[in-house]
Amino acid sequence: MKTAQQIANDVRAGESALVAVEASLAAIKARNEELNVFLYVDEDGARTAAEAVDAKVRRGEDPGLLAGVPIALKDNMCTTGIPTTCSSKILEGWKPPYNATVVDMLAAQGAISMGKTNLDEFAMGSSTENSAFGPTRNPLDPTRVPGGSSGGSAAAVAAEMTPLSLGSDTGGSIRQPAALCGLVGVKPTYGLVSRYGLIAFASSLDQIGPFASTVTDAALLLEAISGHDPMDSTSLPEPAPSLVAHVNDGVAGKRIALVRELVEGADDAVVASVNRAVEVLKDAGATIVELSIPELHLGLSAYYLIAPAEASSNLARYDGVRFGNRIDGDDVTAMMEATRTAGFGAEVKRRIMLGTYALSAGYFDAYYGQALKVRTRMIEAFAAAYQQADMIIGATTPSVAFTFGSKTNDPMAMYLNDVFTIPTNLAGEAALSVPFGTGEADLPIGVQLLGPGRSEARLFAAARVLEIADGR
Amino acid sequence: MTEPLSREDVSHVAKLARLRLTEEELVRYTEQLGKILVHAQDLNSLDLAGVAPTAHPFGLVNVVRQDEVHPSIDPAAVLAEAPDAEDGRFAVPRIVGEAP
Repeated sequence: MKTAQQIANDVRAGESALVAVEASLAAIKARNEELNVFLYVDEDGARTAAEAVDAKVRRGEDPGLLAGVPIALKDNMCTTGIPTTCSSKILEGWKPPYNATVVDMLAAQGAISMGKTNLDEFAMGSSTENSAFGPTRNPLDPTRVPGGSSGGSAAAVAAEMTPLSLGSDTGGSIRQPAALCGLVGVKPTYGLVSRYGLIAFASSLDQIGPFASTVTDAALLLEAISGHDPMDSTSLPEPAPSLVAHVNDGVAGKRIALVRELVEGADDAVVASVNRAVEVLKDAGATIVELSIPELHLGLSAYYLIAPAEASSNLARYDGVRFGNRIDGDDVTAMMEATRTAGFGAEVKRRIMLGTYALSAGYFDAYYGQALKVRTRMIEAFAAAYQQADMIIGATTPSVAFTFGSKTNDPMAMYLNDVFTIPTNLAGEAALSVPFGTGEADLPIGVQLLGPGRSEARLFAAARVLEIADGR
Repeated sequence: MTEPLSREDVSHVAKLARLRLTEEELVRYTEQLGKILVHAQDLNSLDLAGVAPTAHPFGLVNVVRQDEVHPSIDPAAVLAEAPDAEDGRFAVPRIVGEAP
């Protein structure tokens, strides 16, 4: 499959946008039943949008950075008139009355939305096994999970259904599936991409970001969706950064910290990949320092109090009154209870109850209050590390893609998958996962690069060095 | 701490969250939530005296905008997606009891 950059160049040079769209539709038809990637395919909408891009090119207008590039959207981003489910029965059939800002920005840049992809219900999970509409399968090995929660968006690119997709990352939900599917996945700095129209899970942690099969494509997509949005008061006040132009900047003179806590407990093959990546970066002119940031050990516990606390508040809106499903009851409370009991799956209920408990009278200080203080310590610890280094390197996940059902009975085992990705969300900083080497069953391994807020260009440049060394 | 929360705690939290649990779910969630809270005890390993809490990564301040009229979403489009609507409003089952 052509890269997004190649497609956009070809379309600008006069090739019809329908060529890439038809190829995408054919790839979706070939494997969607087997892999359960798309919950909704917007065949007519995609063709109409492609014709509009062609018309722009014919009129001599700029068709945009992503002219004619097919893209898949995680189904927690609002799309006018197109079902948006969050993979939950509670929103089944609901059609949003407005678009997420990223959806409008993609259209303005000529990208073609192919449809909506499967996720763990309300983005809560690490395997896409929590979807009310069945799990997504990993295209590289369908007996294994694609990761989560953005498993459908990762699988769309890995199965070459679309060259690009968008996911959302609250504790690793882009980077972890990117690692498990052999893709580049980015958690941008908090506020770089508008959250308007992204259905909220944990508002102080959620961030939309790209999946792509190359570093340059990921940079291109992030550049297209970045920038201030007046509709999101947490959006950074500055214009989009220049990213693609810096992809080949290299790492000469950069200080890169190998952080012990970000490889501890990972499988041998994962540790070996990180160590090999460190050697490659050193050979490319970077200085390597070894650091320990003990606070990172507390990330998982802080996250699993903060995220559920915010979720319990955000998900209070699903009460059968204004949107989605309603199950009748004798009075309004009975209706709400019946609706929420039938509409939410087990993991969502677990997190709502955990969050409600952590925020309840008598426990607030011991759990939520304590977690917020740890968050402060985490931010300070990262800031201290970035005095000594320009970026940090570690593993994205402890292992390669795992098999279905292997972690579903024990929530803590599933949560441990996010141990290396969570700290970045707590700190509101930037990180990406880039495929580097393979492990068990020849499955891909992701190396994680982390940086302070607004360091995306630097991280892409380092990722590109690894990509080249890996022969891509 | 072996039992950080009881079945009664879980039952109470479910009520607050407007969720109904079966007996079997109550047992399972009590065990699972307990395990997560036991893991969370490690937060107490740090001395956090005098540390200010962070609720938001960048210390948000209020964002204000000009008080100008802008087009907004058509109320009819919103109500069309509601489970029940009447006279331009969301309709819900009875909230208070009948008058005596």
